[in-house]
Amino acid sequence: MSTTQEPVSEPQNALLEATARTSPGDYVRNYLQRMKGGDMGALPIIIGLIVIAIIFQGQNEHFLTPRNFVNLIVQMAGITTIAIGLVFVLLLGEIDLSVGYVSAVAAVFLAMRLRPPDGWPWYAGIIGALLFAAAIGIVQGLFITKARLPSFIVTLAGLLVWNGVVLILIGTGGTVIIQDPVIIGIANAFLPHVWGWIVGVAAVAIFAYSKLRRWKRRQKRQVSSEPIAIVIFQIALVAVIMAAVVYVANLDRGVPFVGVLLLIFLAAFTYLADRTKFGRYVYAIGGNTESARRAGIPVDRIKTLVFMIASLMAGAGGIVLASRLRSVDTAAGGGNLLLMAIAAPVIGGTSLFGGHGRVISALLGALIIASIENGMGLLGLSAGAKFIITGLVLLVAVLVDAISRRGREQSGLG
Amino acid sequence: MSNHANNTPILELKGVSKRFGAVQALEKVDFEVRSGEVMALVGDNGAGKSTLIKGIAGIYPFDDGEVFFGGEKVDIHGPRDAADLGIEIVYQDLALADNLDVVANMFLGREKVGGMWAMDEESMEEEAIKTLDSLSVTTLRSVRLPVASLSGGQRQAIAVAKAVMWNSKVVILDEPTAALGVAQTRQVLDLVKTLRAKGLAVVIISHNLHDIFEVADRITVLRLGKRVNVFDASKTTQQEVVYAITAGALSQVPGMVKS
Ligand SMILES: Nc1ncnc2c1ncn2[C@@H]1O[C@H](COP(=O)(O)OP(=O)(O)OP(=O)(O)O)[C@@H](O)[C@H]1O
Ligand SMILES: [Mg+2]
Repeated sequence: MSTTQEPVSEPQNALLEATARTSPGDYVRNYLQRMKGGDMGALPIIIGLIVIAIIFQGQNEHFLTPRNFVNLIVQMAGITTIAIGLVFVLLLGEIDLSVGYVSAVAAVFLAMRLRPPDGWPWYAGIIGALLFAAAIGIVQGLFITKARLPSFIVTLAGLLVWNGVVLILIGTGGTVIIQDPVIIGIANAFLPHVWGWIVGVAAVAIFAYSKLRRWKRRQKRQVSSEPIAIVIFQIALVAVIMAAVVYVANLDRGVPFVGVLLLIFLAAFTYLADRTKFGRYVYAIGGNTESARRAGIPVDRIKTLVFMIASLMAGAGGIVLASRLRSVDTAAGGGNLLLMAIAAPVIGGTSLFGGHGRVISALLGALIIASIENGMGLLGLSAGAKFIITGLVLLVAVLVDAISRRGREQSGLG
Repeated sequence: MSNHANNTPILELKGVSKRFGAVQALEKVDFEVRSGEVMALVGDNGAGKSTLIKGIAGIYPFDDGEVFFGGEKVDIHGPRDAADLGIEIVYQDLALADNLDVVANMFLGREKVGGMWAMDEESMEEEAIKTLDSLSVTTLRSVRLPVASLSGGQRQAIAVAKAVMWNSKVVILDEPTAALGVAQTRQVLDLVKTLRAKGLAVVIISHNLHDIFEVADRITVLRLGKRVNVFDASKTTQQEVVYAITAGALSQVPGMVKS
């Protein structure tokens, strides 16, 4: 491109020097100021989880057990996978209501291809199902960008259409059983205990390596970097959490395979959102579509790709859910799946108004939702009570979102 | 002040027109600016100033007329085309993404990419800082703050810095001082002079004649979509310009020195 060029003249470096030095004190002060401005990061989630744990443990001593912890990871996996894709849609300030039934379509597609007469091998089935889901996303994305229809309407139509497709494919009252051991293993296999530790250590090592390398690079180039104390603290925190997860899981059946899958999704999509041009454009469009367009960003193409990602991840989530149930039936993709998948990132701190949020919010929010579901299940609450409580949690999360947006506007932190 | 060393205009429009439905926003307008020159573009609200520069940017392509850049006829179909030629525009509404930080905004659409598709944040940050320093923009606490947290003057400075970072040859500023206080207006006007000293062609749109007479070498006046006059700033008076803008209906406007 003809756009990478020399700086205009020699710098005086006043700003350069000012930005290179950030003390841990400054860092913490900045963090507190951001929180006051409404950008609360993971704090409400942690407080929420503690409150949930205390309430349910007080009611039922089975809540905080290794067995239930492992169950929780498996239970949240499907929603989390779908929610990770939705984060990108929410970052655009758009919505995708079709993901519930798109996940079901992918699952039905997979289940039907695996069984005779087709008898596809598992990998062909997965690739086929994911391509099908991605294609759905592209079509919906093109309606939204080329025909300039609101995403709410296009994906609402998608919700109905794909629900219909699922019903027709399965036939009323039917169930498609999945027998392929690999597909069933996705949500039902556990890592041998040693492998749990190996994966845990590897994950922490990769995190630490990338953090430290980034820090060193920024130090060398004299651009603003986090204080080393903070970097080490973050690494230590991740190491402790990972060790606790593996240790507790190993007290029961071990780390679920699907937990590793979630970790990979989390890492890959965080990279996509935070480090690549594509991710930057998604944030830019969500923050100010007009400025993105004037900067020459191909807005329509990025949007279409985002809807493709949402459908793709919905498909992946559908496969996880089907694996867990070892079958697909006419109820697949229904119930409160869609609501939960949208609620998760919002509860986790991603704004419904676009431009603000992180991929990890999907995981954090899903953790909250799954904990509540799981705890209420242990208490034997009725479906009605569960809906009411989950609905109220969503309302609170959206309220927090709206309030923090106002806070951001007032404190000028965008 | 007006030292037109280079006499072929770097950017020249010949007979451009633009119609929005019933509104003839521009009618056969000629316009030019030379390197090392500040050309002011003035006119009443709705005279067509913003439409003219959006046409240059390729946002609303002209219905009619020709655009020459460096003496050659060019077709500009979108913001990218203009940027590739070396034309950068700072819009009236700034067009910064509030949720992104200063560096991200300055490189928006032109990110540097390193290995593994990752953006080269370090190089971008270094270059952003150098550019800001070279323009003597030193009031920023950090280039990693979201631009929403900056003052109007700082935001304007970022928008200008963004425009000049790309070896641009023509920088167009649409009402860069409209929302600014005295000190910040000062900063932006100084910035304009710095750009001229670097040999860039600068087009500045403003309603404030005082500001215009401080920085402009020449003044193009639009009225109701037509170019009515081009003045040499050193050979005209504010009264004369006001008369051209308003067709004689007024003799005083804000920022004018009372005679
Ligand atoms: N997108 C548009 N659609 C329809 N009409 C438009 C559009 N943009 C501008 N116009 C019309 O074109 C005319 C010129 O507008 P323009 O924005 O260029 O004026 P201006 O000289 O920049 O005024 P101001 O000083 O208020 O910024 C106005 O009558 C305006 O209503
Ligand atoms: Mg205007």
